[in-house]
Amino acid sequence: MIGSIIDWLTSSASWSGADGILARLLEHIGYTLLVLVIAAVIAIPLGLWIGHTGRGRWLVTAANALRAVPTLGLLFALTLVLLPVLPGDTAFLVPSVIVLVLLAIPAILSGTYAGVEAVDPAARDAARGIGMTGVQVLVKVELPIALPLLISGLRAAVLQVVATATVAAYVGLGGLGRFLIDGLATQDYASTAGGALLVAVLALALDAPFALLERLVVSPGLTGRTRPLRPSEPNRTAPAGGST
Amino acid sequence: MSSTIHPRRRVRTAALALTMAGALGLSACGGGGDPLSSSSSSEGGDAASGDIVVGSADFSESILLAHIYAGALKADGVNATTKTGIGSREVYLKALDEGSVDVLPEYTGGLALYYDKEFAETDPDKTYDALADLLPEGMSVLEKSAAEDKDSIVVTKETADSKSLTTMEDLSKVAGEMTLGAPSEFKTRSQGIPGLKESYGIEFKSFRPLKPGQATNGALKNGQIQAANIFSTDPAIADNGFVVLEDTKKLFGSQNVVPLVRDDVKEQVAETLDEVSTKLTTDKLSQMLKRTDIDKEDPDKVAADFLKEEGLG
Repeated sequence: MIGSIIDWLTSSASWSGADGILARLLEHIGYTLLVLVIAAVIAIPLGLWIGHTGRGRWLVTAANALRAVPTLGLLFALTLVLLPVLPGDTAFLVPSVIVLVLLAIPAILSGTYAGVEAVDPAARDAARGIGMTGVQVLVKVELPIALPLLISGLRAAVLQVVATATVAAYVGLGGLGRFLIDGLATQDYASTAGGALLVAVLALALDAPFALLERLVVSPGLTGRTRPLRPSEPNRTAPAGGST
Repeated sequence: MSSTIHPRRRVRTAALALTMAGALGLSACGGGGDPLSSSSSSEGGDAASGDIVVGSADFSESILLAHIYAGALKADGVNATTKTGIGSREVYLKALDEGSVDVLPEYTGGLALYYDKEFAETDPDKTYDALADLLPEGMSVLEKSAAEDKDSIVVTKETADSKSLTTMEDLSKVAGEMTLGAPSEFKTRSQGIPGLKESYGIEFKSFRPLKPGQATNGALKNGQIQAANIFSTDPAIADNGFVVLEDTKKLFGSQNVVPLVRDDVKEQVAETLDEVSTKLTTDKLSQMLKRTDIDKEDPDKVAADFLKEEGLG
């Protein structure tokens, strides 16, 4: 079995062509990015607003309740509803994107909101105290401090979307899900297992850039990776969590 | 071994029949391994003598056919009951072999393939003849009907009219501008895309893997796909006015509906069920399945209406 999976993964025939691994991989990445961009455009501003104003917290709760919606069932239902309405291939793409966006929103929204919510009130007060406007407080203080949680929300969404984008194949789209579904239908279990393996590898591979992004954009002062600005500073030797 | 096993019901019925025979003062005739068949057919309309059980598989078409068979038998004075939804072929054939059911609706090609895993005959008559030879002792098939439940390529009425399509041969000229929707295994299996190309020279513009059922039917109806692989009796065909393209080269084999019966009841049911088979067509079956599956009517009522319309009920 393992041998046949390796054969499938390494044979050039399974990588090439419109049904090949490369094409399916690109489709899968395409769906994932499309979904993430849409979800981020909705969830990040909303999370910032809720965290900043403290209003509409119920939206976060409501979004989290969305996690309970069965993706596959919703996908079938949406497809049946939208089939007569949408022209051509969009009738298959739009329902898949909608269910995946609904899946991605809770993680991003809660991450963003929790990040802003967790900002030390003293920092906020200080920002206002030096005359910052509400928008300036949000952009210059709250957002940078919220970044670690915001990005971890994004990373959670990426993992979920990459894994779940396989359902798009159920309604006739491509992506790595094709290998799972077609493999099961034709009892080609090497392709099923190989496809599942590729999904896992892709999820990890897409997580890496976000980890890098987090290192680059998050203020060092917020992370556990604080480097002393000057080697002589006492904070180098002070135990980080030491209580006195 | 299996033919000597008599489950409780048969023993009880046999005992009843013998008791009645004694009460009527008839001397036992035959007395071999078949306590029911010879005596019951000679006794004619006696209710207790002809207790026929019509079984079925666990899908709606099979259940409907069982009700049609049982209804026709009852109309001819045979005391028939149904035992529907028994299960898969493996299970209901065992029930027939053991004698807990006497009659089953079956399909020629599918049943032949069950007894011969290499079965590759596609012609309807040859399939039927080969099946008769393949059946184990104690079972027979009666006359086959024209109704077939098998893979088919369907198009919408508009497509059929505008491109003047009636058979799959017509499709070869226009398939290049059409998208086919089918279950994903259709793409690779020998009766699927490769078979269409080999037998008919049909090459579709593209292939859209879709789950059977509403996804496929909806996509065909709404134009996301222009042709679909749907079973020939699917109620969606009657419901949406889809057109089944005739499989003139028998790529999809032959799956005629045929009654499978125990030899010990054959004489009693053959005439009635042969008459039913002459009336059954794929189209009528699809129409009836629309009523049972989409309009959710009771299969025994739909069966009764069919029998009445055909003058069998």
